[in-house]
Amino acid sequence: MPFLTPLETEAVALSLRVALVSVVFALPTGLLVAWLLVRARFPGKSLLDALVHLPLVLPPVAVGYLLLIALGRNGVIGGWLYDSFGISFAFTWKGAAVAAAVMAFPLMVRAMRLSLEAVDPGLEAAARTLGATRRRVFLTVTLPLMAPGILAGGVLAFARALGEFGATITFVSNIPGETRTLPIALYTLTQTPGGEASAARLAILAALLAFAALIGSEWLARRVKATRGAKAGS
Amino acid sequence: MIEVDVRRRHGAFTLDAQFAANAMDTGDRGGVTVLFGRSGAGKTSLVNLLAGLDRPDSGRIVIGGAVLFDSETGVDLPPEQRRLGYVFQDGRLFPHLSVLRNLTYGMKRTAGGGPVTLETAIDLLDLGALLDRRPATLSGGEKQRVAIGRALLANPRLLLMDEPLASLDAARKNEILPFIEQLRDETGIPIVYVSHALDEVIRLADTLVLLSDGKVVAVGGVEDLMSRLDLRPLTGRYEAGAVIAATVRSHDEAGGLTLLDFAGGTMRVPYTDLPLGKEFRVRVRARDVSLALTEPTDISILNVFPGTVREIGGEPGPQVDVLIDIGCPLWARITRHALDKLAIAPGKPVHALVKAVAFDRHSLGHGAGRFRPSDETD
Repeated sequence: MPFLTPLETEAVALSLRVALVSVVFALPTGLLVAWLLVRARFPGKSLLDALVHLPLVLPPVAVGYLLLIALGRNGVIGGWLYDSFGISFAFTWKGAAVAAAVMAFPLMVRAMRLSLEAVDPGLEAAARTLGATRRRVFLTVTLPLMAPGILAGGVLAFARALGEFGATITFVSNIPGETRTLPIALYTLTQTPGGEASAARLAILAALLAFAALIGSEWLARRVKATRGAKAGS
Repeated sequence: MIEVDVRRRHGAFTLDAQFAANAMDTGDRGGVTVLFGRSGAGKTSLVNLLAGLDRPDSGRIVIGGAVLFDSETGVDLPPEQRRLGYVFQDGRLFPHLSVLRNLTYGMKRTAGGGPVTLETAIDLLDLGALLDRRPATLSGGEKQRVAIGRALLANPRLLLMDEPLASLDAARKNEILPFIEQLRDETGIPIVYVSHALDEVIRLADTLVLLSDGKVVAVGGVEDLMSRLDLRPLTGRYEAGAVIAATVRSHDEAGGLTLLDFAGGTMRVPYTDLPLGKEFRVRVRARDVSLALTEPTDISILNVFPGTVREIGGEPGPQVDVLIDIGCPLWARITRHALDKLAIAPGKPVHALVKAVAFDRHSLGHGAGRFRPSDETD
């Protein structure tokens, strides 16, 4: 990208990678949680509901701090992960992806949940009388009917992950080329004397990215609609 | 053979239904068992129990020799293993799939090895022009035809149809009924058909199961149950009448009449284009039948049948239903005044007068030909 400075390219590429990885890993988990919240009945369901929504209401910095405690090298889970698998999240771009995923998770689950609630259980029952196992019903009826919601949830989460700042900087700090995503780079520039022009360029870049994501999702949604025909009726 | 003995509580409502119907022993034809009752009688609950979409608290369900549910032995097949095709009241087509892919959805199980091929189903239900369409673009009647085809192609041992016509207007209804009749007559797949519409019962039923308040009140042939006075509250009073099996004998096109043979002789009805020899059912409403003590002459009424009074309805009010045996049961609704004046009592010979115009096209069921007039005279 000739019209971008190496620093800008780095920040944009890192942001895209972090956001993409966070969404890809959050999608199956989000689907499972959405399914549990809509269809399953178990003790502690409202606790799970609250837990999923926590990042929405907690200060992002607090989320980052909790992640640090849990997943840091000396953290409860982080220590075990490092000792057993050599995986470390603290101060790496993977940690940034985790932070982005956690922060975007409630938005994703919410969209999926709404779409699952809109799936008529009668259609699933009909599929089973036609000989489909639960698994096949889920794959051929439930999932396709949820597709717009999954798509919306994914795009929303992606956009949220692109903009993630507080939890990321708290959890994985501000390391150029590793954890300095676009928002963090922007923040750094605003704190640097003479960085105003560069900061403005990054802000415009962020706006363009968000805009592209929106247009992309709109196009995808239209394609989904087209392959499913007019979405009238149940 | 269908054997059902189930109990299921839904809050204050308890379904407690036992019946056995041998709808399958009708030779090459599958036969239709109609579950008939008012809304809230538990018809749909019962069908859902059969399909495995709901589980009885206790009981046993055996269809065609296969035990689908038995609380004693702990058998409870999931819906996908019951092989019961289910046509829902609201169609329930998959909105994200084309008509063709809706039709073939259940064929995976059978690998196309069922008795009904895709071509047969498309042909039978006249679906050829719809295959690429989406369910959302179909009319109500088209949707139900696709739903029937879809259930049929899953190679069911029995077809459950839960008021498949209830959401359709009269015109659409009459568009679908012939398809269901054809299904009954040509595929040999037995059908359990839920309905609260008498005209559907008359056209389709071999065996009638009357449901009320979650209980089976009576099981039997349509003609028999419809002529029973004690079931009148369930079979309907205003619409009350006799159901008579008849055969097309001849047409008098010049006179605008069709002559039907039935157990009580020959009946004249307005011309209908049914083929000669066609067996079907006629409903004669009680309010369209008058009584005379002597054979009247010089009247416009074409159908006069001699018979004997069998029973007099005990309903309070100015009108009375009288059951007459004219070779088969026939109901007449007369005023209490006339009853007293003519001194009508059981055993008394009378003449039943039925106006030919009383047979509207609607009351002529193309129904189950199994009940021949000769079966009725024993």
